[in-house]
Amino acid sequence: MIDVINLKKSYGQLDVLKDITTEIKQGEKIAIIGPSGSGKSTFLRCLNCMEDPTSGSIIFDGHDIADMRVNINIHRRRMGMVFQHFNLFNNKTVIDNIMLAPVNIGLHDLRMKKLHNMWLRFRNVFSANKKPLHPINTSKARIKAEAKEHAMRLLQRIGLADKAHGYPSTLSGGQKQRIAIVRALAMNPKVLLFDEPTSALDPEMVGEVLDLIKQLADEGMTMVIVTHEMGFAREVATRVLFMNEGNIVEDDTPDRIFTSPQHPRTKEFLSKVL
Amino acid sequence: MGNFDKKLEKFWEIFIEHGGYAKVLTGLQNTLIIAIVGLALGILIGTLIAIIRVTPQYRRLPKILNALSVFYVGLFRGTPIVVQLLLAYYVFLPLIGVNLPALQVCVIVFGLNSAAYVSEIMRSGILSVDPGQMEAGRALGLSYRVTMLKIVVPQAVKNILPTLGNEFISLIKETSVVSFVGAADLYVAFNYIGSNSYEFMVPYLVMAVIYIVLIALAAMLIKLMERSLRRSDRRH
Repeated sequence: MIDVINLKKSYGQLDVLKDITTEIKQGEKIAIIGPSGSGKSTFLRCLNCMEDPTSGSIIFDGHDIADMRVNINIHRRRMGMVFQHFNLFNNKTVIDNIMLAPVNIGLHDLRMKKLHNMWLRFRNVFSANKKPLHPINTSKARIKAEAKEHAMRLLQRIGLADKAHGYPSTLSGGQKQRIAIVRALAMNPKVLLFDEPTSALDPEMVGEVLDLIKQLADEGMTMVIVTHEMGFAREVATRVLFMNEGNIVEDDTPDRIFTSPQHPRTKEFLSKVL
Repeated sequence: MGNFDKKLEKFWEIFIEHGGYAKVLTGLQNTLIIAIVGLALGILIGTLIAIIRVTPQYRRLPKILNALSVFYVGLFRGTPIVVQLLLAYYVFLPLIGVNLPALQVCVIVFGLNSAAYVSEIMRSGILSVDPGQMEAGRALGLSYRVTMLKIVVPQAVKNILPTLGNEFISLIKETSVVSFVGAADLYVAFNYIGSNSYEFMVPYLVMAVIYIVLIALAAMLIKLMERSLRRSDRRH
């Protein structure tokens, strides 16, 4: 689903990612592990172009999204991202956090369709070659109602429906992260990118977040997770990438990586963290 | 101060019997119009400039807009507002052949002037918002513009409201120079009373009190707004 080809990223003189080529297939759950500074997060952030790659291609659904001419916003709708520090919108209630993107993007598309229809109507008057209008089978109110309903369903799923109208400042870290996850889900993404989703949580809240991620994994969601939770990586991932100094040093099943790592750097890292 | 009663009497006479109060009311109205509409204009233009200034400058257009904004801020912060008023009213508008009432010119000049200050206030406000907020919006597929306007700017405004209130207060006080181009503000009204009674002490004192009351009211208003904007911070 995502093809990464010769991805390089450098900040000035510093090469953070050195020529990475890999493929993420539908349904895979990929855990990226490695020492800090190895480029894990940068790699993940390049996948949805939060960091623009210096060179190389990222083919998502047949489009090279690393190309600056591509409208990245359209492709990001299908790639959810969950951050280490949750990044819930502080000025919005929980339900508005979840609804914001679906409503805005729905309304934007509706506006664009209407605008284009206006143009088509105008042009059809003068042109012999009549073009059909876009069918418009929704309305502002309906987009909002549907987004709200979807958001409530998602909140019920994580058992936080009663917090719908509270602000993020009233929530615990674990609750915030679970809401951040369903906020990403509200766009019906094809892939979820997790950037150390449990690193900023109190130990007792890690479980609830990992449980939710596990549920999503079991439902077949494609996901890429940068994590320090080795047990979780081993249990949930279908593939583990070990990164070191901007390269993918080892790319294998969790069993093989955790029981018989090949590369000396992997061995050294795992002996420290396990 | 022995003849203070007499002075008060004189003031009262002009104030009530010679239509002084009507002039004061018009003056008060004009002062408020210039300050409020000026600030609204300033916030609008200032926010726009602030957004231009914080937008990443990879491409040519943002670079040009940014350079223009820097020039604009430099221009309007670099000259006193009196000079701007005089130049606008007596030089610039006649030059382009536009004839506007003094009050409208004042509103525009005060708006443009406060935009320069508001833009800097707003810029610091925007920079104070956690960059993660912008990232989260962008990661959901929202455009830079939408994320800026729906997420970042509202939080920035909350952070800078006290400073913005300060700007409003100085704007109210700065309106006292609009008589330079012939707009009738509070100063003009009390000067009228003073020169008609040959007695300036009481009128100027009353003028000072009116300014103090105005600004106390403004400060109260700002406090109320701050409190309502703090809603999302409260735990409940």
